[in-house]
Amino acid sequence: GSSCSPGQGQKRKQSCCLHKIHFILLFSRQGKLRLQKWYTTLPDKEKKKIIREIIQIILSRNQKTSSFVDWKDLKLVYKRYASLYFCCAIEDQDNELLTLEVVHRYVELLDRYFGNVCELDIIFNFEKAYFILDEFIIGGEVQETSKKTAVKAIEDSDMLQETVEEYMNKPAF
Amino acid sequence: MPAVSKGDGMRGLAVFISDIRNCKSKEAEIKRINKELANIRSKFKGDKALDGYSKKKYVCKLLFIFLLGHDIDFGHMEAVNLLSSNRYTEKQIGYLFISVLVNSNSELIRLINNAIKNDLASRNPTFMGLALHCIANVGSREMAEAFAGEIPKILVAGDTMDSVKQSAALCLLRLYRTSPDLVPMGDWTSRVVHLLNDQHLGVVTAATSLITTLAQKNPEEFKTSVSLAVSRLSRIVTSASTDLQDYTYYFVPAPWLSVKLLRLLQCYPPPEDPAVRGRLTECLETILNKAQEPPKSKKVQHSNAKNAVLFEAISLIIHHDSEPNLLVRACNQLGQFLQHRETNLRYLALESMCTLASSEFSHEAVKTHIETVINALKTERDVSVRQRAVDLLYAMCDRSNAQQIVAEMLNYLETADYSIREEIVLKVAILAEKYAVDYTWYVDTILNLIRIAGDYVSEEVWYRVIQIVINRDDVQGYAAKTVFEALQAPACHENLVKVGGYILGEFGNLIAGDPRSSPLIQFNLLHSKFHLCSVPTRALLLSTYIKFVNLFPEIKTTIQDVLRSDSQLKNADVELQQRAVEYLRLSTIASTDILATVLEEMPPFPERESSILAKLKKKKGPGTVTDLEEIKKERSSDMNGSAEPASVNASVVSTPSPSADLLGLGAAPVTNSAPPPSSSGSLLVDVFSDSASAVAPLAPGSDDNFARFVCKNNGVLFENQLLQIGLKSEFRQNLGRMFIFYGNKTSTQFLNFTPTVICSDDLQSSLNLQTKPVDPTVDGGAQVQQVVNIECVSDFMEAPILNIQFRYGGTFQNLSVKLPITLNKFFQPTEMSSQDFFQRWKQLSNPKQEVQNIFKAKHPMDAEITKAKIIGFGSALLEEVDPNPANFVGAGIIHTKTTQIGCLLRLEPNLQAQMYRLTLRTSKEAVSQRLCELLSEQF
Repeated sequence: GSSCSPGQGQKRKQSCCLHKIHFILLFSRQGKLRLQKWYTTLPDKEKKKIIREIIQIILSRNQKTSSFVDWKDLKLVYKRYASLYFCCAIEDQDNELLTLEVVHRYVELLDRYFGNVCELDIIFNFEKAYFILDEFIIGGEVQETSKKTAVKAIEDSDMLQETVEEYMNKPAF
Repeated sequence: MPAVSKGDGMRGLAVFISDIRNCKSKEAEIKRINKELANIRSKFKGDKALDGYSKKKYVCKLLFIFLLGHDIDFGHMEAVNLLSSNRYTEKQIGYLFISVLVNSNSELIRLINNAIKNDLASRNPTFMGLALHCIANVGSREMAEAFAGEIPKILVAGDTMDSVKQSAALCLLRLYRTSPDLVPMGDWTSRVVHLLNDQHLGVVTAATSLITTLAQKNPEEFKTSVSLAVSRLSRIVTSASTDLQDYTYYFVPAPWLSVKLLRLLQCYPPPEDPAVRGRLTECLETILNKAQEPPKSKKVQHSNAKNAVLFEAISLIIHHDSEPNLLVRACNQLGQFLQHRETNLRYLALESMCTLASSEFSHEAVKTHIETVINALKTERDVSVRQRAVDLLYAMCDRSNAQQIVAEMLNYLETADYSIREEIVLKVAILAEKYAVDYTWYVDTILNLIRIAGDYVSEEVWYRVIQIVINRDDVQGYAAKTVFEALQAPACHENLVKVGGYILGEFGNLIAGDPRSSPLIQFNLLHSKFHLCSVPTRALLLSTYIKFVNLFPEIKTTIQDVLRSDSQLKNADVELQQRAVEYLRLSTIASTDILATVLEEMPPFPERESSILAKLKKKKGPGTVTDLEEIKKERSSDMNGSAEPASVNASVVSTPSPSADLLGLGAAPVTNSAPPPSSSGSLLVDVFSDSASAVAPLAPGSDDNFARFVCKNNGVLFENQLLQIGLKSEFRQNLGRMFIFYGNKTSTQFLNFTPTVICSDDLQSSLNLQTKPVDPTVDGGAQVQQVVNIECVSDFMEAPILNIQFRYGGTFQNLSVKLPITLNKFFQPTEMSSQDFFQRWKQLSNPKQEVQNIFKAKHPMDAEITKAKIIGFGSALLEEVDPNPANFVGAGIIHTKTTQIGCLLRLEPNLQAQMYRLTLRTSKEAVSQRLCELLSEQF
């Protein structure tokens, strides 16, 4: 151990730390939150504060910057798809590039389900967006990386839903 | 609008969402929401029982309203009802609502748990999946209590569907993270490890996450996972891009699983089995080789996935820190990325290189990229990337390049983003101190820091430059000259005025021979800044002025005139006014000798951990700055072992204190006779004592811990992210035995673990210590014990140093703490009557036998605690001996091999002034001195 750099461990990858996604936020370019998923327990007030802060940080960044921002003890990994920003908060030592692909895979799953997914799909079918996310990620960890398997699970559950007739017979709003 | 609704779209919900979107104002939105809430409330309260569909729709609307940011305080019961529906879609909405709006209402939790229990038992995989998702989403302790025993069974049962296994594994992981104590290890653990061999890659992926987390806490139990993980990884890495079908992501085979396996392997040291080790090395080489191959796709997803695996492999290589060849290859690969057109890759390469810089095998290789990194600092457009460049420069800094790196950082500071300026200032200050061969360079650097980024220079930084100048007489003249020149600038930062004021007050005489910096010119220069400064700085300058009175008698009257002016004597600020009054009076009534004594040059500061490092550590979070101990070690060569409180000039304090009445002190002698010149040091302490403890930039350090052990024998001596050191000791007469417990707080082995007890030459002759070596390997989570046998040969002053060195992951750890073996440990209490006590007290009346200290209370003055401390100190506590019942009196004998020394002590509290006077009388001056020092620290 004769090397003596003062910054030893400045950004040490500590293998003994948890690594998982802490939360995922989807928001529009106008700063409207479209989806929030928390994998750590926090009071509602704290969540609202975090959401405001993060949307502001990300929206103020230029286009050609990296997809990573240090935020408190965590790291934000984000990417924009059309009008929507997808942002994950991960541990400082977690794998940033793979998190970008978690986001991409989620977008692919949404796309497969909705067909050319757009922001409106997520607004009007927010519950579906949550279900799809749940099929893909549990407790902040990726559950199923195969697109086929995940999509099949979602489509199977749609099969379990009411028939159109049943639906039409329900009283409207 | 139903066009955008899909599946079982609820029309009412779509209409409502549409309405909200059409609201023109926040008020309109709130109005619409309130109308909806009223409607739902009435529906829920209505006489007519709602059907499942309606319930689902309303619960979904409530959820939507909640997600818009409004509070929801009803509907939970309806959601719980949905859980027991047989319709998947109703159940699903019920679970979603519960997951998003967890309620700690215990009645509800019971109902929810009941529904979950039914679904888990249903053997319907989709229902089981929903229930597991819900447990994982909520993850509360109540849920862990209810299900932590059940889920492992589902996970390893032979007939469980793959998709349920996946959910169960990750659900269990979540519960383990929240409540590890509730997840029982058992038969299932070995079966979980074998899931690494499962046919279904989705199951393997989920299981790897679970195993990694479990292995961190229980490395022994999951040791077999290493070879399984290596062979799995090997199969993936060598597979053709189509072999894994749907688990191939943009031509990269199973990137998620690969990364997770590489992550699991980072819980362990390099495999011991040469075959496994060889296979792993092959895998890592293959991954490095693939990075050089042309991409199979131009899509960014391909390169991201491929590089995600590559970076994780590099992390593992760094973690093992054992294969120089791989480390250097990793470094070269990262070097290529430093120039990549993708900003993300440049960012990650800088980040990853930081850890490589700490490996002895790759430090030099990292250094070769210095020009690229400096260039990144200058040209990168993204502050995140520049931040990484700063980190890397800091990490690659050593003696050979310190001057260049510090210069570049200073350069960058001129334009740096505000968000990272303070951190850069701290880093520059640390590097400048650490690698200063020539302290004039250090002084220049810090003054530059103040000039460029004065607002970001914290107290710790400028305190530190003063400490260093005071402790190094070779730089004092240069420092005085430099600050004097810097102060010439018409607008200089207030921090410069502080540093300048302090240094000229101490060392202005060193440049006073030059007519360009004569005493009067120095004074006028400082005083020209006075009125622009804040109160604390003005208070500091007043102290500089009184110091000038002593240094330069020829300008005494000028200074007195200033002190006498109304703006000083009648200043509205009580601290300034008090200083002006007292300093003026002091300069008038005190003789030259007294002035010279009171105002003499500050004594050197005890060497201690740089508070700047502590600050950086605090700023960056624990564990990110690990070289504290290293710096300490470098300096410990001139470390003096005394535990005296830092003497800090009162001039940096701005806390007025009623007891700091300087004049009262001159009138009433506190010691029994006029202080002889030799004890003048303590007069200085008396004058300023109340402020001394308030300002000293004390870093939380081993000194504090050391002091805590003076009156007790057991406890935690030291603790950081990695290591905890506990002590248990017993003493009898002149012998003692100390058990030192070293606890590895991590899940990774410590290697070459070497604790050494070091005594100075002086100490060796009076303290005989014998230690047994400990096992050089400390497993993760394990504790090892070391025994020290102690013999006190004669009385002693210093404390032994406990030095600990080990390898943790890729890094060499080195730290030192003072071992609390103090003279008072060899006390035997002696009971005696009042008469005996006073007879002996008189016998010990030779001035050399008595040592007295008057000091301010640092803790609440509680008689019971005081008694306990005196007893803990080792002497007997004698009741009804002192005529004043508020005083404490003690007696005992210090046993050494060569002699026995009788000791008497008396502690007189003054509650009103919050002060103590402690008197020790023993037959030996050094013993009185040492015991007095040790005990004074306790109150």
